[in-house]
Amino acid sequence: MSRFEYAPAPESRSIVKLQPSYGLFINGEFVDGAGSFKTISPASEEVLAEVAEASTADVDRAVKAARRAYTDVWGPMPGRERAKYLFRIARIIAERSRELAVLETLNNGKPIKESRDVDVPLAAAHFFYYAGWADKLPYAGYGSDPRPLGVAGQVIPWNFPLLMLAWKIAPALAAGNTVVLKPAETTPLTALLFAEICQQAELPPGVVNIVTGAGETGAAVVNHPDVDKVAFTGSTEVGRIIARAVAGTKKKVTLELGGKAANIVFDDAAIDQAVEGIVTGIFFNQGHVCCAGSRLLVQESVADQLLESLKRRMATLRVGDPLDKNTDVGAINSAEQLARIKALAEIGSAEGAERWSPACELPERGFWFAPTIFTGVSQAHRIAREEIFGPVLSVLTFRTPGEAVEKANNTPYGLSAGVWSEKGSRILAIADQLRAGVVWANTFNKFDPTSPFGGYKESGYGREGGRHGLEAYLAG
Amino acid sequence: MTATISPLSEVTRSDAALRTFLHGLPGVDRVGADARAAGLGTRSIKTTAKAWAIDLAIRMVDLTTLEGSDTPGKVRALCAKARQPDPGDPNCPSVAAICVYPSMVPTAHEALRGSGIHLASVATAFPSGQAPLKVKLDDTRAAVAAGADEIDMVISRGAFLSGRYLEVFEEIVAIKEACGKAHLKVILETGELVTYDNVRRASWLAMLAGGDFIKTSTGKVAPAATLPVTLIMLEAVRDFLDTTGRKVGVKPAGGIRTTKDAIKYLVMVNEIAGDGWLDPDWFRFGASTLLNDLLMQRTKLATGHYSGPDYFTLD
Repeated sequence: MSRFEYAPAPESRSIVKLQPSYGLFINGEFVDGAGSFKTISPASEEVLAEVAEASTADVDRAVKAARRAYTDVWGPMPGRERAKYLFRIARIIAERSRELAVLETLNNGKPIKESRDVDVPLAAAHFFYYAGWADKLPYAGYGSDPRPLGVAGQVIPWNFPLLMLAWKIAPALAAGNTVVLKPAETTPLTALLFAEICQQAELPPGVVNIVTGAGETGAAVVNHPDVDKVAFTGSTEVGRIIARAVAGTKKKVTLELGGKAANIVFDDAAIDQAVEGIVTGIFFNQGHVCCAGSRLLVQESVADQLLESLKRRMATLRVGDPLDKNTDVGAINSAEQLARIKALAEIGSAEGAERWSPACELPERGFWFAPTIFTGVSQAHRIAREEIFGPVLSVLTFRTPGEAVEKANNTPYGLSAGVWSEKGSRILAIADQLRAGVVWANTFNKFDPTSPFGGYKESGYGREGGRHGLEAYLAG
Repeated sequence: MTATISPLSEVTRSDAALRTFLHGLPGVDRVGADARAAGLGTRSIKTTAKAWAIDLAIRMVDLTTLEGSDTPGKVRALCAKARQPDPGDPNCPSVAAICVYPSMVPTAHEALRGSGIHLASVATAFPSGQAPLKVKLDDTRAAVAAGADEIDMVISRGAFLSGRYLEVFEEIVAIKEACGKAHLKVILETGELVTYDNVRRASWLAMLAGGDFIKTSTGKVAPAATLPVTLIMLEAVRDFLDTTGRKVGVKPAGGIRTTKDAIKYLVMVNEIAGDGWLDPDWFRFGASTLLNDLLMQRTKLATGHYSGPDYFTLD
């Protein structure tokens, strides 16, 4: 061996006890659903389990269970008692973190490094954080006696299955609501393991209900007349459908949708760290991140130097088996998503942008897409406007701070943005002008339960996380 | 003067030009650099990769003793260990070099004869560097005359911190000249430079002045070598090669005691500077206790079990 070749370092699967089939979690028990579907590992296309598909009638049972639990147990329970359950759930997530991480990686395709170091610890942190609010709601700034809304119908995406579940369930429960949650069709398994954790924590039956299924199940959750609050994270396209569906009803709604974030690198940036931030911004979680820094805006005077560094850095990214502890970029979550990424990448080439990927061998089975950058992209290109939701970066340049701001804001989205500069005054001035819910300075894709998250314009409305995240689940 | 690189020779023309150049280098964001180093530290190096890394690490050790209590006997024992680190395994590679004070160079020179192991001597009023230039030059010449083929000099941190960059530059140039054929390692003492921006500037300064290696620390100041500081220095040698075509080595020294740590450094060399630096000619560990841990882990990998510390020699 003349080079430093890292031997395989796979995380063991044995900690996860996969069952051949999983039911719906309704009223504290696993029950059969009307139908079923197979869930796979996107890295190998291996079938992991058969999962129940909830019909409208199943969703109705779940909402009824949630309503009963809200009226009889959870709603009247003092906040300090609810907090105990949430702390217990948080602790169990932490205790079973390896199991959750391996299962998340199996079902989602993300690198074990990320599920282990980001998804699962953050999920536990959200429960710990909101557990702390449960008995302090009168001090949250939403009136002296804020009341819960009732039953929350929650629909979450496949990119951070357990973490998005935590974002949804933790504040809802802390505020005294009960929930019916539908995980994404392709990633139901950690939500079902979370259902087991609810049992282990002896959470009262019906407080958390998990109904698995595809779009129709989600529609049944959103449209159910006895749901008081709808929370959705996912595509802007589905978000529009939901907004139309709940319009004119009493339901409160929060939507966290797509993005096409600008990552702005000024000529006085710390270049090596900016390169890391660009890589984190677009290749973290295979770019399946609504707030991904998918548009790189780099000042022309340093563009060549920066792109050279970026390419050199991308050549060291390790793409492959998500369970290998040294993998940096895992599998694309589904065949459908892969097809979408491929189609948009083709469009990028056809529109005249220059495509580049490092040499990397992709596994034969499963869904894979090499980390890719497009240079010579202009605002008029579709790859500069549409959310690709994959490991594809569009590189644009700018000459002046004003032009950077103009281009960054010139998108129907407004979820996040990044600014890279060693000049503090410039960071503050630019951040002030960016129409994005989150602006990261000299970092990217950093999350914390204490920090609110949400978008401008077509990236949705409402905030999740922090004190602000409680508002969506309280009536003042 | 061969040391100065022609495309950048302009920048060392005056104190002002040098300052403008060094302060024009891209800044280092501390939080980001720390995160990058920590991220690389999570690489999982197992089985064949670990065995390869351990043998390489042994070959990169500058086995060091720098104590007031050093004696010829102690130095001879260390030289014997350098030749044959593991008496139980003739296939165990020898280390890169022995590193001693100038007074011990004659003894080490004798003890290492014919081994191919390099002999490094610290010089220039190590570790503080607080002596007149003439003394530093004499110190260097004496060590080389006595047989040292590598000189580990310290920079004048006082001059650097007060912004007298040209003075530091000229001193390194003078020492390099005094070294003759001996290789020059320039110790930045990063624990006293404190900021990562300073580490990057001092790295470039030392490279511009003709240093063959840049080295983190004397081992006498805490913190000594750290992963993020070595990261900055690896970026510097990488960028310097790109800019000037001249390759410079890196030596973290002090505080690296375990195989696990050594492997983290090698991962960083691999992924930051590239595998061109994964060679004892371009990367060294300044260490004393590290060697025994490497030997212990090497034996563990080969035999499947740990032996007690008494199975490895203490010198």
